[in-house]
Amino acid sequence: MELLHNLATGFHTSLALINLWYALLGTVLGTLIGVLPGLGPVSTIAMLLPSMYGLEPTSAIILLAGIYYGAQYGGSTTAILINVPGEASSVVTALDGYQMARRGRAGAALAVAALGSFFAGTVGTLVVAAFAPPLTELAFQFGAPENCALMLLGLVGTVVLASGPLIKALAMMVLGLLLGQINTDAITAVPRFSFDIPELMDGISFVVIAMGLFSFGEIIANLGRSADQRTIMAGNINGLWPSRQDFREAAPAVARGSLLGCILGVLPGAGPILASFGAYSIEKRIAKHPEAFGKGAIAGVAAPESANNAAAQTAFIPMLTLGIPTSAVMALMIGAMTIMGIQPGPQVMTSNPQLFWGLITSMWIGNLFLVILNLPLIGIWIRLLTLPYRFLFPAITGFCVIGVYTLSNNHFDLYCTAFFALVGFLMIRFGYEPAPLILGFILGPMLEENLRRSLLMSRGRWSIFMDRPISAAMLGITAVFLMAVMVPAIRKKRVEVFSE
Amino acid sequence: MMNRKTANINRMDLVSGFTLAIIGIGFAAGSLHYSLGTAARPGPGYFPFGLGVILALLGGLISASSLLKGRAKAPTDGAFPWRPLLCITGGLVFFAFALPRTGFMISFPVLIVITCSARSDFRWSESIATAIALTLICLAVFVSGLQLNIPLWPG
Repeated sequence: MELLHNLATGFHTSLALINLWYALLGTVLGTLIGVLPGLGPVSTIAMLLPSMYGLEPTSAIILLAGIYYGAQYGGSTTAILINVPGEASSVVTALDGYQMARRGRAGAALAVAALGSFFAGTVGTLVVAAFAPPLTELAFQFGAPENCALMLLGLVGTVVLASGPLIKALAMMVLGLLLGQINTDAITAVPRFSFDIPELMDGISFVVIAMGLFSFGEIIANLGRSADQRTIMAGNINGLWPSRQDFREAAPAVARGSLLGCILGVLPGAGPILASFGAYSIEKRIAKHPEAFGKGAIAGVAAPESANNAAAQTAFIPMLTLGIPTSAVMALMIGAMTIMGIQPGPQVMTSNPQLFWGLITSMWIGNLFLVILNLPLIGIWIRLLTLPYRFLFPAITGFCVIGVYTLSNNHFDLYCTAFFALVGFLMIRFGYEPAPLILGFILGPMLEENLRRSLLMSRGRWSIFMDRPISAAMLGITAVFLMAVMVPAIRKKRVEVFSE
Repeated sequence: MMNRKTANINRMDLVSGFTLAIIGIGFAAGSLHYSLGTAARPGPGYFPFGLGVILALLGGLISASSLLKGRAKAPTDGAFPWRPLLCITGGLVFFAFALPRTGFMISFPVLIVITCSARSDFRWSESIATAIALTLICLAVFVSGLQLNIPLWPG
């Protein structure tokens, strides 16, 4: 009963009053930024990072994790009520959720999303708790070639999920990897592409790139569009509780969604997004009345919401067991751990069991908070939705510049942010996705180091990646991913899904 | 507003693909300054050189395929938004320049007003009010609350 023992250790930490408080703060803050358009978990965590030095590491990580899954939750609220997915993983939720809201069933949609997410979160927590220890064992056997293959899998995963043409996403991934090369070479200590600017020798901070591309690029593009017309479908949310019929239809969808989410969440790249898309199409395929989908089918809300929440939990597995970030948010978590003197990697579980198990159990507590707090508080979130954009974008600008500046107290980062704001806007304008770029940038230096170590190990033979079973298997999955997008039928489907 | 304009998307691909190819060539050429090494002993230029070549190829492919497709019209987001682009990036550059020199209490409200002017229906009174309110909020949250180290006044 090691699992129970571990969970007990975890609850002992996460139920401490101070950690309960940080879990609560994180989930509320996360919901807030998930509801507000233009302010994502990346910018928020980046803003808070400098003020984390004084916190206990466990509390800080619990807070950050709360922001992360709270934002997923808030994102689905906006998807249902105004057809604007707050986060990429709730894009599919908008399809049927908004239709339910238009039919006056916003309450039922919100409740099913919340309860489904909670169930999925519970399953996800158990899966993380059960599989993290054996995976950590496995992770100790990972060498440079395995790490390389895993990162490649993650990169290709994001590329496959990016909207728009595959080749553009690939180009953005490579551009991201190249931007990650602006640094001091880790093996030979030669500064590269730094043009003798001292700040560039440490590399560009990825917070700068993330804020430039995601926050500012988005703001410019939004302001260039015609005036935003948002209709909030919250006429009557008094009927919060779903009917018995709703439960019967939603329950199996929740179960299937949770299962799929748990599996796909482990994949590096864009687990929650892939999971929500996958869960939606499965429900549509096996439904007795597939024609109801897109017109307010409750299973079309329940399945993707459960899937993305389960995946958001299991997405912690690669970060916790391998120390490899699989998304921008996870990279920030690793940054936060490093700031507080914890070296991320497979040894965290044995060297900091309170942190490891405390985080896992706090996610379950956080999910509970989301259900019991947010369903009654829905009115407040709706009021926030009505906040006009002309007050919102100066506020986002203000918060982001403070976040960027305080990261290293250097105004050079602000110039870089301005540059990447321009780049981000041009990317949106010319139809390129920022997500592959940012993941490429994060993984670039790590991928390079592991690639070079692998080649050193094998004396220049590239076949080393195929000789080792784990790395060969991951490269195989990567190849299947790439081929799957190129198969015409799936490609058509992908275009269809993204054009909704 | 119903001014959804159309634009030649293939020409946009041509331009962007070409730009990416140039960036790729630039990185590849730049990495020649560093030791490339061999596959058995890869040097600091090895990885960026390979990536630069790949990016140049991908960019070239994007350009080439847009030429093959000919002209195609597709809806865009309307006219090129010069005003938001200049105001937002200009505001950031201003803030980067002014913060270390004039401090937060002067540079921040000015940044907010510049940012607000990105909208075509810009109003002085409303923008100044927003700037004052945001400055006070940020002062309370980040300087007093989170104790972040931000220079407040000139000098």
